[in-house]
Amino acid sequence: MAEIELRKLTIEFGAFKAVDDVSLTVKNGEFVVYLGPSGCGKTTTLRCIAGLTRATSGDVLFDGQRVNDLTASQRNIAMVFQFVSLYPHMTIRENIVFPLKARGVPSAEITRKLDWVTGIFKLGDELRRYPSALPPGARQKVALARALIRDPAVLLLDEPLSAIDEQFREEMRWELGHLQRQLGVTTIYVTHDQREAMSLADRIVLMNNGNIVQVSTPNDMFFEPVDIFAGQFIGSPSMNLIELAPVVGGLRLGTSNAVLTPQNHAVPEWAVASRRPLRLGIRPHNVHLVDSDIPGFDIPVDSVFGIGREKFFTFTIADTICQGVDQRSRPDGTSGKVRFDPAGLLFFDAETGRRVTGETVL
Amino acid sequence: MTNPSHAEHQMQMKRQSSGRLMIFGFLSPSLVILLFMVLYPFLSLVYYSFYNFSALRQGAMKPVGLGNYRFLLSDTQLWERFIFTGKFVFICVALQMLIGIFVGYQLQKNFRGRDVVFTLLMMPMMLSPIVVGFLWRYMLNSEWGIVNFLLSSVGLPKIDWLGQANAALWAAAAADTWMWTPFIILLATAAFRGIPETIHEAAEVDGASPAYKFFRITLPISAPVLFIALILRLIDSFKQYDLFIALTGGGPGSSTETVSFAVAKTAFSYFYTGEASALAVILLVIIIGLSMILVRHLTHISQRF
Repeated sequence: MAEIELRKLTIEFGAFKAVDDVSLTVKNGEFVVYLGPSGCGKTTTLRCIAGLTRATSGDVLFDGQRVNDLTASQRNIAMVFQFVSLYPHMTIRENIVFPLKARGVPSAEITRKLDWVTGIFKLGDELRRYPSALPPGARQKVALARALIRDPAVLLLDEPLSAIDEQFREEMRWELGHLQRQLGVTTIYVTHDQREAMSLADRIVLMNNGNIVQVSTPNDMFFEPVDIFAGQFIGSPSMNLIELAPVVGGLRLGTSNAVLTPQNHAVPEWAVASRRPLRLGIRPHNVHLVDSDIPGFDIPVDSVFGIGREKFFTFTIADTICQGVDQRSRPDGTSGKVRFDPAGLLFFDAETGRRVTGETVL
Repeated sequence: MTNPSHAEHQMQMKRQSSGRLMIFGFLSPSLVILLFMVLYPFLSLVYYSFYNFSALRQGAMKPVGLGNYRFLLSDTQLWERFIFTGKFVFICVALQMLIGIFVGYQLQKNFRGRDVVFTLLMMPMMLSPIVVGFLWRYMLNSEWGIVNFLLSSVGLPKIDWLGQANAALWAAAAADTWMWTPFIILLATAAFRGIPETIHEAAEVDGASPAYKFFRITLPISAPVLFIALILRLIDSFKQYDLFIALTGGGPGSSTETVSFAVAKTAFSYFYTGEASALAVILLVIIIGLSMILVRHLTHISQRF
């Protein structure tokens, strides 16, 4: 187990900057999830920590020791890849013990470790089979077992669950999180699936275009996004984004006649007084369609639809389609009023996209 | 008219049988050729092998039962042909596999000019064995060949490559290896490059040294392809004939005559057609037996994938 530190890490492929001046410390035993869209540099960062990709500049440190010049095999890391990387010509048993055999560990020790790890993953019945005989989920289990059998300094996981069926993925995700806490191994996990990130991480590192956007706990990531990208990337359905136009005593939603004021929505005074154009971010779960006799805005509702137990509705403000939750007691066509939950109002600078709060406002 | 489903069924049958007829129609030209060119000679080969018969004297055909076989298998001269063929096959296949796998492993990596090197390396394979034979014969000429010229220019004695039984064996093996190693390189490179990159990376992360990775990952995963290459080279060098015609003419004496060479000589120099047929049958049995063992082993090793 180790503490991992990235210092001003930059990785370029030709003219393309995959990772741009990234610094981060992953504490001993911490579960950190790198989250971001495809091509944001998260996998490249992981591969650089593994020693499979060289840093153009900057350093990677394990427990304070610079490891830039060590090969992957010298770093005592374990890695699980996105696509199956089991050795097809070896049985499950041979696959799992491969890292120990490659390092010349005595066979008594190998047997002991194998018993331990097969116990954890319940792989006892599969040991004599070949990888091709197992379903994808079980293969990733074997890959995890192979990764953990040697007490790695750090466990690196590159979208390990993305090739697995939805149903089995939930189960694996739970097991993985449980296991990591039990073993306390420093873990860096890469994914583009925010649900995986939210449910597994101690801290999420949100990346975009080779840069770190935000590093925080899943909770803070959801409730305190630093900018529009973070706000919209996390949460499903995605956060609504509405242009705000300053009017006397309040902020009007786009071109509608709905005006948010300190009185009706507890809009902070600084927001009303802001000289910079603002945008409102609000999550669908904070926008409600309520019965017509309850106070709210008269905004035309486009459609109402249900996904299982949840009922959603959509409305349009300045060409932007917004979503909210239908909370009417008597669902009746598209009639009703739209209410914004004051606690869910997030303000962003319309030009920079940065979040604006009472402390940061100019 | 019975019920429509029955009629439909009949229609389908008709369509099916006409389809089958069509397939047979298309196949028949090649089938006829195959029958005449392969099955007929094969059957007559087996037939002749039980007779004392010469193609020069068609009338005098005397059945001798297993006489030809008995005579051949007790002929010490023939055993020498088998021993020589065995040595030749072993040296050739071993050298070609070792060099081929080594060079193939170097060529799987991407480097500048790789394609040019690859194309140049493939050249010898494109030549005819006769051409290769003559080429090496001139290079190995004891008086004015380039090999001896190079040897003597560094102060080493000249060697009569094609005039001594042992040296001639190695000369022939060298020529065959020069010609056919590219084939192994070709297949080995393809096999090595077919292994997914993540497999290599996983092994690297798992702490495998380059040698460990090569012997435990790269080689075993490529084994089925390499094994096919081995089988093909084994069968082919076992039958080697034209190279010897051009390179040594079977000499010195008959020391570099392979079994195939002996078949040709018996059949077309001495015209002992019956005896030659029996020898050809023996050769065929050996090659088929060898292939069957190897193919069974191949199925076994590729089953897990």
